[in-house]
Amino acid sequence: MTTTSVSKGCFVFKPKAKQFKKTLDAEELFTNGSEGCESSKDRFRLCQALWNNMKSETESVQDGLNKKILDSVLEFVKKSATSFLSREEDWASRMRASEIPTAALVLGVNVTDHDLTFQSMTNRLQQSVTPFVVSVQAKECAAVKHLLQKVLQRLMGINVSVDEDEEEASANVPQNRMPCSPSTLCDWYKTACEKPSGISPAKKRRSSEMEFPPRPPIVVIFRDLEAFSSRVLQDFILICSQYTQQLPLLFIFGIATSPSTIQRMLPHSVTSLLCIELFQSLSCTQHLATIIDKFPFKTSGKVLQVLVGLFLYHDFSVRNFIKGLQFSLLEHFHSQPLSVLCRNKQDALARARQLSHQEVERIRQLPSFMRFVEEQEPQEQVELLTNDEHVKDVCQKLLKGLRQYHKNFFPILRCLHVLTSSLPKYPLGKQIRELHVTCLEGNVWETEEYESALQLLRLLAKDELLTVLLKCVEILKHGKAKKLRDALRQLQDLTDKFQQLDDHSAVEGHVEGREDDPSSGQGIQKKTDLFHLQKCLLQMKDSRRTKKMSPFELLRNQTVEYIDSLIRVHLAPPESQPLYEVCYYTSSGTLRRHLNATPRTSIQTALNHPYCYLQNEALRNEAGAISNAAPDICIVYKLHLECGRLINLYDWLEAYTTVVTATKEVDPDPSEKGKADEIRHARFIRAVSELEFLGFVKSTKQKTDHVARLTWGGC
Amino acid sequence: MSVLLQNQGYADERLRVVTKRLPCREAQASTLLALMGEPEQHSYPSIFIYGHTATGKSHVTQTLLRELELPHAVVSCVECVSSGLLFEQVLLAFFSSSLTLPRSPCLSDFVRLYRQLCAQLPATQTRYIVLDRAELLRDMDANLLPGFLRLQELVEDNVTVILLSEIVWDKFRPNTGCFEPLLLHFPNYSKAELQEILAQDSHPSYSPELYSSYINILLGVFYSVCRDLRELRHLAALNFPKFCEPLETGEAKEKDTHKLWRNIEPHLKRAMQTVYLRDVSSVQWEQQQQTEERETGGLKGLSAHDHVELPYYSKFLLIAAYLASYNPARTDRRFFLKHHGKIKKTNFMKKHEKTSNHLLGPKPFPLDRLLAIFYSVVDSRVAPTASVFSQISSLVTLQLLSQVSHDDQLDAPKYKCAVSLDFIRAIARTVSFDIVRYLYDFL
Repeated sequence: MTTTSVSKGCFVFKPKAKQFKKTLDAEELFTNGSEGCESSKDRFRLCQALWNNMKSETESVQDGLNKKILDSVLEFVKKSATSFLSREEDWASRMRASEIPTAALVLGVNVTDHDLTFQSMTNRLQQSVTPFVVSVQAKECAAVKHLLQKVLQRLMGINVSVDEDEEEASANVPQNRMPCSPSTLCDWYKTACEKPSGISPAKKRRSSEMEFPPRPPIVVIFRDLEAFSSRVLQDFILICSQYTQQLPLLFIFGIATSPSTIQRMLPHSVTSLLCIELFQSLSCTQHLATIIDKFPFKTSGKVLQVLVGLFLYHDFSVRNFIKGLQFSLLEHFHSQPLSVLCRNKQDALARARQLSHQEVERIRQLPSFMRFVEEQEPQEQVELLTNDEHVKDVCQKLLKGLRQYHKNFFPILRCLHVLTSSLPKYPLGKQIRELHVTCLEGNVWETEEYESALQLLRLLAKDELLTVLLKCVEILKHGKAKKLRDALRQLQDLTDKFQQLDDHSAVEGHVEGREDDPSSGQGIQKKTDLFHLQKCLLQMKDSRRTKKMSPFELLRNQTVEYIDSLIRVHLAPPESQPLYEVCYYTSSGTLRRHLNATPRTSIQTALNHPYCYLQNEALRNEAGAISNAAPDICIVYKLHLECGRLINLYDWLEAYTTVVTATKEVDPDPSEKGKADEIRHARFIRAVSELEFLGFVKSTKQKTDHVARLTWGGC
Repeated sequence: MSVLLQNQGYADERLRVVTKRLPCREAQASTLLALMGEPEQHSYPSIFIYGHTATGKSHVTQTLLRELELPHAVVSCVECVSSGLLFEQVLLAFFSSSLTLPRSPCLSDFVRLYRQLCAQLPATQTRYIVLDRAELLRDMDANLLPGFLRLQELVEDNVTVILLSEIVWDKFRPNTGCFEPLLLHFPNYSKAELQEILAQDSHPSYSPELYSSYINILLGVFYSVCRDLRELRHLAALNFPKFCEPLETGEAKEKDTHKLWRNIEPHLKRAMQTVYLRDVSSVQWEQQQQTEERETGGLKGLSAHDHVELPYYSKFLLIAAYLASYNPARTDRRFFLKHHGKIKKTNFMKKHEKTSNHLLGPKPFPLDRLLAIFYSVVDSRVAPTASVFSQISSLVTLQLLSQVSHDDQLDAPKYKCAVSLDFIRAIARTVSFDIVRYLYDFL
């Protein structure tokens, strides 16, 4: 930095916005490292488009899910606002005048997800009820004065001073200084309420637009109640309660665990100042189910399992789940050059026609395509392996097939879920996502659970079966594919038959009963010896089983059989489809490595097997031995593994020296030797301090010249 | 029964108004008035008023000062996060200017300023400074409380400081000694007094007699468990609509006290179970009262929702933390090792460990013990991923665990489990883990 000034002194340089080093934008980053450079730009655009589509979709889904709770909170706020106004006339409101209306929002333990909810709640409150909405977080409010300051600042939009010694910077602008007390707020509120009727045109237009009630309430949102210190909260509520006459205050508590937290944090003298109403949000597992249901992007069963596992086992965070999906989307388009074909139907077919030779080669190398080729006639095989044009044609056909498969897959999946989710013990899972994972992983009809589910279906009573079938019909009605239409017609026929059964059953049952009687009588009359009798009885049993079946049972079996056939046709796992790699993201390992990192394991790998990261051939050969070629810290680490809880530094150094000098010839020159010793000493000390930094050892006062080991495995 | 307050310094009319607004506190009010003396007379430097919550301390003082139009400043010490704010409010109230107060003023600044301003605007009448919730003064600067007690001397003005607190004076006395204020005790209201006060806020559409009889019933039920005026008023407001129901529907007349009593009694009994709890808001309570005929027990209070949904591993971490907190570390071998050998409880434990650990409360445990137990109770192999560790810290922010030692993560942090046995049993049930089998206390 230079100045034009000739004198010495301090100069202030304000950073200019444009002076930062130009950072690579996302597209360049994407193209740089990805395979198949020629199409990477194309893929990037596709990826962006798909992600934007997904994002808006999930946002709308989440809004829809939150709508109910937000509506009820809004209703509560409105009601309280009217109660503030009617204090003079209404006896009940007057009696409750000293209580601060409080909404306790139970939102689940995934605190990071709450931001979105609070954001949309603030927006909606500001749109319809009151312009005065403040939201505070625990980390900004270590003491009451900070809390007060934050509330005042955000409401009034100006600086208020709290701590005189803290704000040296604002000392030169004293005109902005206001005492940070609720009485300031009262004065401000009085003027703010009068203003809309005043002359200021901007305000007037705003108020005419939004139609706020005459005395809009002041809403204070505590985002994370658990994290607040109870002292701060108590004091704040006590202070606020003294101003209930002047200020129509209203609190909203965001609670992550359970509402009894309020009683744990606040003593009775404080809770008696609040008028708490409880609002419970949808549980996050339901939330997840809806999100998964809506997602357009396809992943393999393993990937989905990793994502769902992360959600269920670790964080319960829908936001993280969506981030994970975004990651897999990016990774798919990044690493799979053929993902250019993963787009809507017309575009994909057009793109397939323009495949380059290289891309055709890639298609030929796809495992699913190879499987497909092997199934063809020899002549066709040759064609497929040599003729590019032919491959392009086949490719278009296969892409169409894949689309068709998807169109059929999801409605049938939903049907199967409807059919099995009402069965006792849920053989195929309660949630559709479990079923989805099973179907993605393999042939669902080969699993035992599927068998037992079908067995149970064969035992269902008529009305139960009919209701689930009607639900299936309802689902299939939305399907447009031809095969689904057929299936729909069949199912409708079956349900019709079930319904007609009622009328005929009485008559038919009668007739069949009559038929049964003579045959059985005949059978028993003919008995002669034991063997024959046995045989006869067995026959009778068989015939009875088939014959005794009522028309309902027949129809039921027929139905179940039909459903089974539907499933066998449509619910094949995606791996069975040629070209599935185009649409499905499969590498669950990468995903797990990126989303569920294991820092300790990687540190240990690095220390135990430096080759893994350094890729130095000299380090390769070791099995358990300590090589002196390894970095110092690895040697020191391995030596420390052999020690007990307390490590003698001198012994450690000796061992280290032995290892390092193991293969070297003894140096004849004593002065050189001394120097080398010093260097080794220094290297050792540095390695030990690095270990200390990594948290493997720490200094201890129990024994001189010793360090304590912090990891397990000590003797 | 209302004895008119008497003091020559004030007009009788004013005093009559004051008396009317201070029911059942005549004795205290007249003592206070006597202490205050006539407006022009110098008063005692400091008066300390104490009494249980909702005994009318602030109400009596403020009403007297307001109605008799004496110069006064009422400051609530909760609001005053710094002593500067306190000074500012006092100066504002008396001289309506505080601009010259320096940044972070101390008591001597205040005294100096007060004297300056006082010289311009000398007191014609006694000035009163009322410090509400005076117990908080003890946490502020050490010289603040003694300073205020002898403020009259310091500023050489006719000023009296009235301290209001729920705590007795003995707990205030600084060990360096101070000027002793006059003590004035406000006793709790008796039943008859409560009746009289509560009967005052009668519903406009019903006769005061009806409301009074309602209060009588209410006190009959609740007086044995609750004497807090505020809580009683809350209860009265809560249940009054129910009481009036037969009158609305025309089933009973205002005179049918017995009928009304029969109608309201079960509801009051039910309200008795949740007295002080504020389980449901008053609005919700009313709704519940209305819908009660249709469904019983539809609405659950705050304390009924004790169920917390947690991720799978968080549940096991919490279980492990509970075990680590309530089992002695030496018994871990017995619970989590396959071949632990036989350990008899009686010989094995030291004497002090024989008392139930649940009576003693949770004990701190280091992180590695938590993880060791976690890995042995969780049924599958868990990689030590970053998210497992972040779950521990999120459990801490949810206040299910609490960190005992300092924040240094390198130096083996220690935690305590902060959940109850019932809670952990509910959690363990959801993952079908029989926690009682692993607790040393229940062996």
